[in-house]
Amino acid sequence: MTTTEIAPPLRPVGRLPKTREKMGRRFAYGFLILSITPILIGYTWLVVATLSFRTEGLLPRNAEGGIGGFTLRNWDFVTDSAIWNAMLNSLLIAVAMVIGVGIASTAGGYALSRMKFAGRKGFLSMTLVLHAFKAEMLLIAIFFVLRFLGDIPIIGDYIGFNSVGGVALVMIALELPLGIWLMKGFFDNLPWDMERAALIDGASRFRVWWQIMLPQVRPGLAALSLFTFIAGWNAYLVPFTFTIGTKVANMPVFLNQLISDTAPTNWNQVAAVGLFQMIPLLIFFIFTQELLLNIYAGGSKGT
Amino acid sequence: MKVEIDNLSKSWDGVIGADSITLDIADGDLVAFLGPSGCGKTTTLLMVAGIYKPTEGTISFDGRVVNEVSPKDRGIGMVFQSYALYPHMSVFGNISYPLRLQKLDKGDIKQRVQKVADMMGIGDLLDRKIAQLSGGQQQRVSLGRALVKEPQLLLFDEPLSNLDARLRLTMRGEIKRLQKDLGITSIYVTHDQVEAMTMADKIAVMSKGILQAYDVPEALYDRPKTLFVAGFVGNPPMNFFDVEISRANGEFRAKNQTIDLVIPPDRAEKAAAAKGQVTMGLRPEDVNLTGDSSAATEGHTIAGMVEVVEPLGREDLVGVKIGDIEMRVLVDKTRGVKIGDNIDLAVDTSKIQLFDPETEQSLLWA
Repeated sequence: MTTTEIAPPLRPVGRLPKTREKMGRRFAYGFLILSITPILIGYTWLVVATLSFRTEGLLPRNAEGGIGGFTLRNWDFVTDSAIWNAMLNSLLIAVAMVIGVGIASTAGGYALSRMKFAGRKGFLSMTLVLHAFKAEMLLIAIFFVLRFLGDIPIIGDYIGFNSVGGVALVMIALELPLGIWLMKGFFDNLPWDMERAALIDGASRFRVWWQIMLPQVRPGLAALSLFTFIAGWNAYLVPFTFTIGTKVANMPVFLNQLISDTAPTNWNQVAAVGLFQMIPLLIFFIFTQELLLNIYAGGSKGT
Repeated sequence: MKVEIDNLSKSWDGVIGADSITLDIADGDLVAFLGPSGCGKTTTLLMVAGIYKPTEGTISFDGRVVNEVSPKDRGIGMVFQSYALYPHMSVFGNISYPLRLQKLDKGDIKQRVQKVADMMGIGDLLDRKIAQLSGGQQQRVSLGRALVKEPQLLLFDEPLSNLDARLRLTMRGEIKRLQKDLGITSIYVTHDQVEAMTMADKIAVMSKGILQAYDVPEALYDRPKTLFVAGFVGNPPMNFFDVEISRANGEFRAKNQTIDLVIPPDRAEKAAAAKGQVTMGLRPEDVNLTGDSSAATEGHTIAGMVEVVEPLGREDLVGVKIGDIEMRVLVDKTRGVKIGDNIDLAVDTSKIQLFDPETEQSLLWA
């Protein structure tokens, strides 16, 4: 891997006194630690809160106000099927988005990068403009589209208003401008000669895309998939707007339903659900950390 | 396979890439497309490959017009400057790709790939990843991939430009030998005139999208039809002077402020009949220091001062200032020419070239 092979830049010997070098390093570490402290404190509170009766600052308190009060009461929801349903919905939306955005972006990005067709330029600038529009502005219009889709016989129930499919469809559409532009950029960087060679070797245009070009943009596709998955997993506005009740709620919507206007909110339970929602992402990040670092560092893995 | 290119043009929104190219390639010949970058040689090659659609004109293989035939059905193999290998496949995967697309029998594929790889000297590298190979090995893989489907026509797009000088020399010889052994008709695009001269049966010299000349290498060298060909073919390049041809006492003389040379009548007559003012071309190897030949006399020498000496090993390439013109001359290194020396140069006037300064056409070979 490139990142590990690159030698550290040579430091001119004796130019920088050792103590000064040490000071500089200390300063850098100090700055880094300082800047991540608020985030670390936030996460610490989150973990502490989920396991305690109530909290005061970072300190857990029991019913009498003394320090302590360890409880698993906040995690009771894991036995409730509603949360598992919400998690499944979150997963369905995220996976559908990864697949949908992945296919449409690689196909569209390739076409925009490599093919000449009427309206190509207009389409490119339009997608960029569309990306600048906030999703909130479109909510009402999308509502009517989903209502219309819901009236289609047979498939209407799966892609219309108040369905996981409908939410996924809307989320995919909103994510596509970014995805297509990203993938177009990756395809733009590939040499034409490789494609020409494959055409001469006897491949059809589709096969060139599938067998030759797609493997070259895998790191880009991996990055896009990751962004899309996170966007889908944490989606709130669209699912909240286009679903009713708990049947099709995903995790963020479920979390919101715990915060009631009329009854006092159990914040420790909200924290627990929030942490629960993060667990799959955390596991995912831990396992793909090295790959991700490669993508961000070099844009491509290995070679 | 016999290739006929007839009146072939390519333009994009008014920008001309190739302009009315017409040439025939005989079966089994290696033809070089030679010219500076942006001259249209690669454009023409890609039209022959079927990657670009011609704006006008036709391409025929063995008398059959192939304009509408897709690249994969043209029976061609192509080698690229960038190698254009598929980095996610092994060497075997790369070479076998054309055969796998033809859905050939697995054992058959294996046998043919091994045979081609052995021929290219990479038979033991088949399991390697592309990134693990050196530039020369990658170019061999690329050549193997082009050869494995037994093409009727081989296309080379500056295949050696990315290799280091020594390797380029070896590969040059290998490609030429391979091409002759297999007898495959080939087109070889290059900007390196040495490559073109050494490898090609015929050279098509191109400039600004126009075919300047199409001939055997010796003819291009000895009898260049245009000023561009004269200046482009040959290394170091030809020297040019503006002179006036005049006739006096039964002798032809080429004169300007600093030069006064006697020109043999067979060359001068054609030029004098057409023009008084001409551009005279002199190759660096046709000029020498006086003393090398005893025949150096008045009317056959030019006086000048040495400005630059570039040792080439066997010879020195000397830049000589003559009036306000600089001339390049190849000098035997044992003469020990130094910067600042005043020297007399003997000119082999039987080899001079004469051009019309306006049309840039040769006055001798047009």
